[in-house]
Amino acid sequence: MFKNFTFKPRILITAIVLLVVGVAGLYYFTHSKLMIGSFDVTSLGILVAGLVMYSAIPVAMTMIGNETYLSIVLMLPSIAAVAIFVYGFIAWSVRVSFSNWKGLIPNYTFVGFKQYIILFSNDPRFMIDLRNTAVFTVGFILGCLIIGLGLAILLDQKIKGENLFRGIFLLPMSISFIASGVVWSWLMSSATGSRITGINLIFKSLGLNGLISLWHTTPQPWGMAFTIIPAVWQLAGYTMAMYLGGMRSISDDLREAARVDGASEFEIYRYVILPLLQPITLSAVIILGHMSLKIFDLIVALGRGDIRLDVPGIYMWTTTFSGNNYAQGAAIGILMLVGVAVLVIPYLVQNMRTETQV
Amino acid sequence: MLVASLLLAACGTPTAAPTTPPAETTQPPAETTQAPTEAPTTVQTGGEVEIFSWWVGPGEADGLAAMVKVFNADYPQYTFVNAAVAGGAGSNAKAVLATRLQAGNPPDSWQAHAGQETIANYVAAGQVQPLDDFFASTGFASVLPATLIPLISANGHPYSVPVNIHRSNVMWYNPSVVQAAGVTIPAGGFTTWDDFFAACEKIKATGKVCLSMGNEGFTAMHLFENVMIGTIGADKWNGLWLPTPTTDWAGADVTAGLANYAKALSYVNSDAATLSDWQPASKMVADGDAAFNIMGDWAYGYFANPDPNGLALTPHTQFDWSPVPGTQGIFVFLSDSFVKPIGNKNPEGTMAWLTVAASKAGQEAFNPLKGSICARTDCDKSLFSEYSQGAMADWLSNTVVGSLTHGVVAAPAWQTTIDTALKLFIASDLGTKAQSDFQAALVAACKSDGTCQ
Repeated sequence: MFKNFTFKPRILITAIVLLVVGVAGLYYFTHSKLMIGSFDVTSLGILVAGLVMYSAIPVAMTMIGNETYLSIVLMLPSIAAVAIFVYGFIAWSVRVSFSNWKGLIPNYTFVGFKQYIILFSNDPRFMIDLRNTAVFTVGFILGCLIIGLGLAILLDQKIKGENLFRGIFLLPMSISFIASGVVWSWLMSSATGSRITGINLIFKSLGLNGLISLWHTTPQPWGMAFTIIPAVWQLAGYTMAMYLGGMRSISDDLREAARVDGASEFEIYRYVILPLLQPITLSAVIILGHMSLKIFDLIVALGRGDIRLDVPGIYMWTTTFSGNNYAQGAAIGILMLVGVAVLVIPYLVQNMRTETQV
Repeated sequence: MLVASLLLAACGTPTAAPTTPPAETTQPPAETTQAPTEAPTTVQTGGEVEIFSWWVGPGEADGLAAMVKVFNADYPQYTFVNAAVAGGAGSNAKAVLATRLQAGNPPDSWQAHAGQETIANYVAAGQVQPLDDFFASTGFASVLPATLIPLISANGHPYSVPVNIHRSNVMWYNPSVVQAAGVTIPAGGFTTWDDFFAACEKIKATGKVCLSMGNEGFTAMHLFENVMIGTIGADKWNGLWLPTPTTDWAGADVTAGLANYAKALSYVNSDAATLSDWQPASKMVADGDAAFNIMGDWAYGYFANPDPNGLALTPHTQFDWSPVPGTQGIFVFLSDSFVKPIGNKNPEGTMAWLTVAASKAGQEAFNPLKGSICARTDCDKSLFSEYSQGAMADWLSNTVVGSLTHGVVAAPAWQTTIDTALKLFIASDLGTKAQSDFQAALVAACKSDGTCQ
């Protein structure tokens, strides 16, 4: 282990300085209340000081000259943080979901699958949630894939101002779901008569009265389908960028070869480009799918508590924080996690396999 | 820095506020064991007093500031720390508070809806202390309506200091829309819901919305409790929430209430679900798009206050009000109150804050700005708006019943189950099958709470 050890005074001094600064920082932040404006930065300060102190170890270890040990030491803080804050809390949620905790006092009495059984056997609201999630996920993924692919093919024609269009199509993604949900709820207003507004008002002034719609307040299951519109509007551009990147990585030689063989432009896309884009489609389905399975913000802003548009994320929030039914809330959360895991884990496993093959 | 300021404050002369009772000496013994490091000879007064609320909006934040002014004048040795959390009509704040309480880091006092929301949450979890001594030493109990005390008590012990009173059962209306439809509202309001529905038919004929409602966040349940109380009356409403209910959830009274509720919903604006909150629904009345809106009396400030916090309308000509149909002589109340935590940093500061919150000066500073009335019955009427003066008279003379929507009568878990049943009902076709399903869900909700057997 120490065969490459070389003593470097400057590195040792740096390490000691970091150690001292870190310890002093820890002492300072734990013994005072540092405010920036009205924001208490004590915990942030402790974190930074702790990391400064810790950084003395990898700095000192550079003298050993063993990269494996060094990388382990460098990784350790993030591994610990992920272990505690992701997997630790998942485990804790699982435990709560098997308990009877209702009210503000934690109650970890083990009741087995009781909370899950309640959800599936006798909870009409959860059934609405499942149906809505299914409708939303299918529509959202299909919408994004079709529109994203269409936009990508259009932009792939080497048109003028491609950068500008790409920017315009990508822009909605930079808006938070909450903000776009609020704006779309104004646009998709179902008010009638003199209070008509939003897109319905445009239809009315254009004389297209047949198009005036109740939007997401349409009787179910079609009402939920309308919530897909803002979601697709936001993420179709992102899907387009993924496809466009994939198309650009396909060598022009393949297209040339197809053309020489007499393929039309349509046939080139159908038989050459699209099959090669399959991995992109898979990634897009995973990314979009895990977003839609745990959708919360868009629906909260759009549905404003309308149970017809309820999704598991909203139900979990209401159950946990309005009803103080922590066990039931944790069960809903775990079911959402399982749903996402079913989608993501096979993908990760496959990715790992292909990476090891390479 | 914090330690230093605490020490400095502790060494300062303890100043007794003019009206302060010697609250420190009447504490349960548990109090003294919580601060073992303090010098036993000096009573620590001073330091920071962290008060948690969700009063950040116009009116309520001003009211809080006015009450803090009273606090600072009476207790200059304390520093008031405002730990208000914005958003979601208190739901965000309650989530933050629950986390802090579970972490054993309670604020020095917090805002809680008086009634079951306090009792089922904080009292049941052993996070707050009874206030018998405080009520006795300040004489607070004698200036509150007698019907209020049981609603804020558990096992005979009061647990919170109500600061303000809001009324849930107010029907706001647009006089010109009502007049144009040829509807006359009797002096004390409609006596039955059937009278109201007859009026609705006339209003519908003029092309206006009869009853405006905001999105289903809480406005649907707000309408529900008002229709139910207006149908079954105060006694039967109270009977639904007793430890052993004397009104049958599965009985004919509730069935009649649900039928009226379904009918009332049929007169509601079609876009209720898409409105952002209660204000757009009230605005429909102000704009003359709708005739009636049933909303708590916080709507008065929205109608009457000058821009930008209100619509600056003239009472009686541009908007008017009467009790909700069938609720004459009934005051459906909700109240914000403050509690005395266990294990907080500054117990003396808590008592100082509660003393101000209970005092005449504190409530007179807070309530006119918040648009509520004093929980105390001895506040100076002349400080209040015309609406509030009427409400103050009713507060003294009416039968006081608790609001379901605003946490008085049911534990939060029960209320949430009812809310789910209610929303499922609204999503249905409102027919008789849906009504009986709704009633069955209400029976089940009572059972899941453990109140019904």
